Amino acid sequence: MLKMNPQLSMPAERLLDLDDVKVHLPTREGVVKAVNGVSYHVDRGEVLGIVGESGSGKSITARAIMRLLPRNAREEGGHIQFRPRTGELHDLSALGRDSRAVRQIRGQHIGMIFQEPMTALSPVHSIGDQIIRTIQLHMRLDRHAARRRAADLLSKVGMPRPEQMLDNYPHQLSGGMRQRAMIALAISCDPSLLIADEPTTALDVTTEAQILELLKHLQAELGMAIVFITHNFGVVADIADRVAVMYLGRIVETASVDDIFYAPKHPYTRALLNSIPRLGVDQGRRLPTIPGMVPDPYSVPTGCSFHPRCGYSVAGTCDVRAPEQHIFPNGQAARCHFAEQLAEADAHV
Amino acid sequence: MVGFILHRAFWAIPTLIFVSLISFFIIQLPPGDYVTAYVAQLRNGGEYVTLAQEEALRQSMGLNDPIIVQYWRWISDIVFRGDFGQSLEWNAPVGTLIWDRLGLTLAISTLSMLFTWAIAIPVGVYSATRQYSVFDYLFTVFGFLGKGIPDFLLALVLMWIGFAYMQIDVGGLFSPEYQTAPWSFDKVINLLSHLWIPIVVLATGGAAGLIRVMRANMLDELGKPYVETAYAQGLSERQVVWNYPVRVALNPFISTVGWALPALFSGDVITAVVLNLPTTGPLLLKALQMQDMYLAGSFILILSVFTVIGTLVSDVLLAWSDPRIRYA
Repeated sequence: MLKMNPQLSMPAERLLDLDDVKVHLPTREGVVKAVNGVSYHVDRGEVLGIVGESGSGKSITARAIMRLLPRNAREEGGHIQFRPRTGELHDLSALGRDSRAVRQIRGQHIGMIFQEPMTALSPVHSIGDQIIRTIQLHMRLDRHAARRRAADLLSKVGMPRPEQMLDNYPHQLSGGMRQRAMIALAISCDPSLLIADEPTTALDVTTEAQILELLKHLQAELGMAIVFITHNFGVVADIADRVAVMYLGRIVETASVDDIFYAPKHPYTRALLNSIPRLGVDQGRRLPTIPGMVPDPYSVPTGCSFHPRCGYSVAGTCDVRAPEQHIFPNGQAARCHFAEQLAEADAHV
Repeated sequence: MVGFILHRAFWAIPTLIFVSLISFFIIQLPPGDYVTAYVAQLRNGGEYVTLAQEEALRQSMGLNDPIIVQYWRWISDIVFRGDFGQSLEWNAPVGTLIWDRLGLTLAISTLSMLFTWAIAIPVGVYSATRQYSVFDYLFTVFGFLGKGIPDFLLALVLMWIGFAYMQIDVGGLFSPEYQTAPWSFDKVINLLSHLWIPIVVLATGGAAGLIRVMRANMLDELGKPYVETAYAQGLSERQVVWNYPVRVALNPFISTVGWALPALFSGDVITAVVLNLPTTGPLLLKALQMQDMYLAGSFILILSVFTVIGTLVSDVLLAWSDPRIRYA
């Protein structure tokens, strides 16, 4: 029945496709266009990093995929298509928040891990109970087999003494161990896609490195794709194959991880990269910052929303017209009027 | 867990000894004693009582002995013989007076508590999950009304409605013809026709407050990340709400079970007086007014015992329901 929809078609290697997704949040002060026409796609088995400042709409976009938007959110258009390992094509954007269809996708085909390992697990259920519940919800296993699988998962995510860990409660574990338990929960039914919403932000750097290592390892072993949301370019460089940079509810640049770091085409990406401290470079000089502040979401600038803070902006163009997406032969795409010129300038340096 | 319970039970013993001492001394504190009150009542009735007669009364009741001796006489009888002493006012054993009323008191109070919870929990959960919906506002209005109207006033209004429009006799728990009759099917029916007013009255006030508590707790819990995790596992909204945030939001309820037990016993005194219920509440009020020290002292002692046991019960329940307390 779903296949009748002419809009639904994706290349075979495609796992997830977002097309012009818009999510608006009505508030007392006005409507926030939290996600304002976001398009990206994820192929099977690849890691897409999504980078952006707080409030850029990266988490809301992920919630739109999971159909877990805030109750007052309004979807103003766009399509989200998803084709898990099992092969059938789902039009996620047509599914309701509590519909049976989306509940079967959540947890089974799409797993999700969250930022706060301290509070993202139920405090009154043991780790084992929470994982077994998910397994039994989606797989036909009896309690005993589900418990065995849960123990396997815990050892897969590198937790010591998995059998005993099943009966432990979240408050008995450290932050890193909780995030491991969270990952075990998310991958408990072999999902095709894992959405990781800032999974290492609340952890210290040593633990962060371990968790990233674990995710890379699991990704290779299980062959799942990951959408990795973060505000940290260093983390993206470590784990992602491709990167999408978000600013004020739009994707401003998409490219492979190498192109993003070595040949960024959008001024915002450049500015972000320039503001990362590097060891041994430019010592004794002030770190460049992006001038101004992220505009408040009720008064997004006209034209290109980045133009008031952009070093390359041209009056009469950037503050009037919203830029189209420029696509380069290597697949890199940037939403800037002068993306080509910036690329040229790069070539001369 | 067993160790936890034994540990708590052991510490209850010194608490109870201390509480019994305090309660006995407190009822001695007001100037005068039972004989003063009794004689004053007789004199008001126009009888002539000499000082010597008054003193003889005191002597025969043992009221002239040192307080500590009186305390020991009282407490040793309770502990070793289960004898709570003689009520001076009623001229009957305290034990009989209290136990006679205790069954009905506990029945009414337990029913009204269950009724309260049966209303408050689902309504609170609904109000929180559908915040600012029409029904949420409706429940909020009713909640504040229920909280704002004094129980005894509601009791009076219901009695008037029952009497004027429904032609049923109200007040008390039985119609006069069943008052002393042995238990029978008809007597139970008669009891039920009287019971609804006190239960509705007692439950309304309690439920109104608990709905607010439950709603606020649920709103706190619903915003927490673990709820989103539960949704992301693929559970339906009903499964998520009742298995996760409700479990956590019930903790304050469980920890107040302890206070519910003594409250069950002392009951809502004013409501009970208004409705003329044969429960323990009015008896306690009368005992305090008359300085009927053995009756009042036993009451306070039993209340304290219930408080200690209730606290123990809620500690155990809380430890059972929340692992963070069990392992703390």
